[in-house]
Amino acid sequence: MSAAVPTLVLVTGPEELRAERAVDSVVEAVRTSDADAEVVHVHTESYQPGELMVHTSPSLFGGWTVLVVHDLDEADDALVEDLSGYLDQPADGVTLVVLHKSGNRGKRVLDALKKSGARVIEAKAVKTERDKHDFVTEEFRSARRKIAADAVGALVLAVGKDLRELASACEQLIRDVEGLVETEDVTTYYGEKVETTGFRVAEAALGGDEARAMALLRHAMLGGLDPVPIVAVLAMQLRQVGKVATAGRGSSAQLARDLGMAPWQVDAARRASQGWDGQRLGAAIQAVAQADVDVKGGVRTEVAVRSPEYAVERAVLTVCRLAQGDGRP
Amino acid sequence: MSVFDQLVGQPRVVSTLRRASTEPAAMTHAWLFTGPPGSGRSVAARTFAAALQCEGAGGVQVGCGECQPCRMVMAGSHPDVRVVDTDQTFIKVGEARELVLEAQARPSLGRWRVMVVEDADRLNDHSANTLLKSLEEPTARTVWMLCAPSLEDVLVTVRSRCRHVRLGTPSPHAVADLLISRDGIDPSMAHYAARAAQSHIGIARRLATDEHARARRREITSIPTGLASLGDALRAAQDLVDEAGEGAKATSADHAEEQRRELLTQLGADLTARTQPPSVRAHLRRLDDRLKAEARRQQHDSIDAALTDLASVYRDALLVTAGSGLDRVNASEPEQIQLLARSFSAEQLLLALETIGEARQRLIANGAPLLVLEAMMIGLLLPRG
Ligand SMILES: [Zn+2]
Repeated sequence: MSAAVPTLVLVTGPEELRAERAVDSVVEAVRTSDADAEVVHVHTESYQPGELMVHTSPSLFGGWTVLVVHDLDEADDALVEDLSGYLDQPADGVTLVVLHKSGNRGKRVLDALKKSGARVIEAKAVKTERDKHDFVTEEFRSARRKIAADAVGALVLAVGKDLRELASACEQLIRDVEGLVETEDVTTYYGEKVETTGFRVAEAALGGDEARAMALLRHAMLGGLDPVPIVAVLAMQLRQVGKVATAGRGSSAQLARDLGMAPWQVDAARRASQGWDGQRLGAAIQAVAQADVDVKGGVRTEVAVRSPEYAVERAVLTVCRLAQGDGRP
Repeated sequence: MSVFDQLVGQPRVVSTLRRASTEPAAMTHAWLFTGPPGSGRSVAARTFAAALQCEGAGGVQVGCGECQPCRMVMAGSHPDVRVVDTDQTFIKVGEARELVLEAQARPSLGRWRVMVVEDADRLNDHSANTLLKSLEEPTARTVWMLCAPSLEDVLVTVRSRCRHVRLGTPSPHAVADLLISRDGIDPSMAHYAARAAQSHIGIARRLATDEHARARRREITSIPTGLASLGDALRAAQDLVDEAGEGAKATSADHAEEQRRELLTQLGADLTARTQPPSVRAHLRRLDDRLKAEARRQQHDSIDAALTDLASVYRDALLVTAGSGLDRVNASEPEQIQLLARSFSAEQLLLALETIGEARQRLIANGAPLLVLEAMMIGLLLPRG
C-alpha cells in the first residue's frame, strides 16, 4: 500500500454530510491501491465487546479493510477500551476511520489517535448564512465552475434550510447548466420561494420601481404566499441597507465581518442605499414595522386592519415613494 | 417580627389578612390578590398562607415568622402550600386538572391546604372552567389564592367567585425601608434602588444587590441621549434584543439539555439512544415547543422591563420641563435628564412616551421584537439642530 493511503483517520465535527464525504474520500484513496478493499461499518449502539478485533484480524485473502467507527462521542466503555487497545497495537492491512461529532466523550481515544499521527479531517458545522454561502462557493470552486454572487444568495434562500438539499442543488446546477450559473437558473430549477419573492420585492421597492414592486407582490399574493415572511424579508433588507449605509466607508469584507453579513450582501446593500438618506430609510423601516403588526392581526386598540394584503401593499408603496424622494404616499 | 412585615406599605391588606386568619367568620375559601407588578401580590399570598399555618406563640401572634410552619411556607417547602408559577403564556387545562385533584386532598401537616396561583391572568377559558367548581365549593380545609395584575386581567367567571384584595404601589420609602431591614442593604443604595425600580420590590432588590443589573439599567437610561442617527437607532435596538436573548434562561443549551434528560428519564427512555421511538419523539417535540414558548416569554418580559426603564427617563425629563418638584425615578442620573429636557419640548417628550407605549402594544400583538424596537428607536431620535 502506498504512502498516500492513511492507516488512521479521525473525522471530527458535527456536519454529517461533510463527515460522509470524508469517509468516501478515504475509501476512494484506499481503493486506488486495492480495488477490492472491504469497508466495514461499526455503530456505537449495536457494538459488541471484541467486535473490533474480529474486523481487524488479517483476512483470509489478505485484502485491505477500511474500518469505519461511527459516533465515538456516543461510545460506551467497551468500544473505548477496544479502540484504545487497537491503537496500542495497530493491525496491518487496516485503515481505521473514527468519527467524532463533538464533546468530551471518548477523549482518551481522540488523544491516542492524534498522538499516533492520525490524519485529521474536519467536518465543521454549516449553520450561519455565511457558512452556507461559503459552502456553495466551495462546491462550485471544487468543480471548477462559476456562480454569480446573487445566484448564491438565491440558492441559499431557496434550499438552504437543509445542507443535503443545498449540496444536491449545487450538483444539479453544475451538471445541467452550462457556463456561469445565474439567478435565473436558480429560479428555473428551484422555483420562487417566499424569501426570494420578498427579496425581489424589497429590491424593487428600495430602487423606487413602484410598478415592478407592486406587480411582484400581487403576483406572489395571488399565488397564495403568506404575507408575514414577505414583511420579514422586507424588514431584513431595509435593516441591512440601514446598517451598511450608516457604517461609513471600510471594505466590504471588513463590514461583512462587523455586521455579520456576507460580503455580497454588503455590496448589494451599498448599491441599494444609493439615493437614500437616514431619515427616509427610518421612515421606511417604520412603515414596515406597522405592516408587520397589521398582517398579524393588528394592535387591539387600533382600528381594524382591512386585510393583511392591504397592509403589505401599503408598506411597499410607502417604501417606493420614499425611495423616489417623496414623503409618505 | 411577623411575616406580614414583608408586605410593604399595605396596612389595610395586612389587617384584612390578619383578621381572616384569626377569626373564622372573616375567612373565605377563594381569594384574588391584585396589584401592579412588584407590589407584592405573591408575597401577600405567601404571608397569608404562613399566617394560616402558623403555630407560634399560642396563636396570639399569627404569622409569627419563627415557628416551623411559618418558616416552611416562606421557604416554599410546606407540603400543604402549593405555589403554581408558570413560564408559559397560558396555564393549560391539564395543569388545571391536576391542581383541582390536588386541592381535594386533606392537608397533611397544617390546618389548611393552600393553592396559590401566581399568574391567574394566564388562565384561559378552558383552564379557568376547570377550576371554577373547586373555587366555588372547595373542600372544607382548602383555600385558593389567585394573583393577577388587575381585576380586568382575570376572567369574570373566576373573579366573581373570589374575595378581592387590592394591593397598592408602595412608596419608594417603604420599599427602601424593607430592603434595609430585611436584606441588610446600605440605606443610600436602598433608596436609589427603590426609586429606580419605581417601587417594584423584586427589581429594587436585584438592583441593590446585583452590579450587573445596575450597569444594565445605566445602559438603558443612557440610550435616549445617544440616539443621534439611524445607525444609533438600529444598534440600540439590536443591543436590546441581544441582551434580552442572553438573559433568557430558556434559550440556554444547558437548560434545554437538562429538561430533555428529565423528560426522557420520566418516560423511561434510553438517554443515550440516537434515535428515539415515535412516541418519545412526540413528547420531545412538545418539550421543544414549550421551551420555545418559554424563551419567547422571557425575552418579552426582559424587553418590557427595559422599556419601563426607558420610559422613566422621558417621564423624568417631562417633570423637569414642567418644573415639577416631584420625585424623579432617575435622580441618580441628573445630566441625562437635563440634556433630554433641553433637547425635547414637552410635547415631544409626550410623543416619545407614546412611541414607547405603542412598541409595548406591538410586542403584545406578536410584532417581531427587533423590528418593533427599531421602529421605536427611530421614533425616539433626537430632534436635529
Ligand atoms: Zn408562625
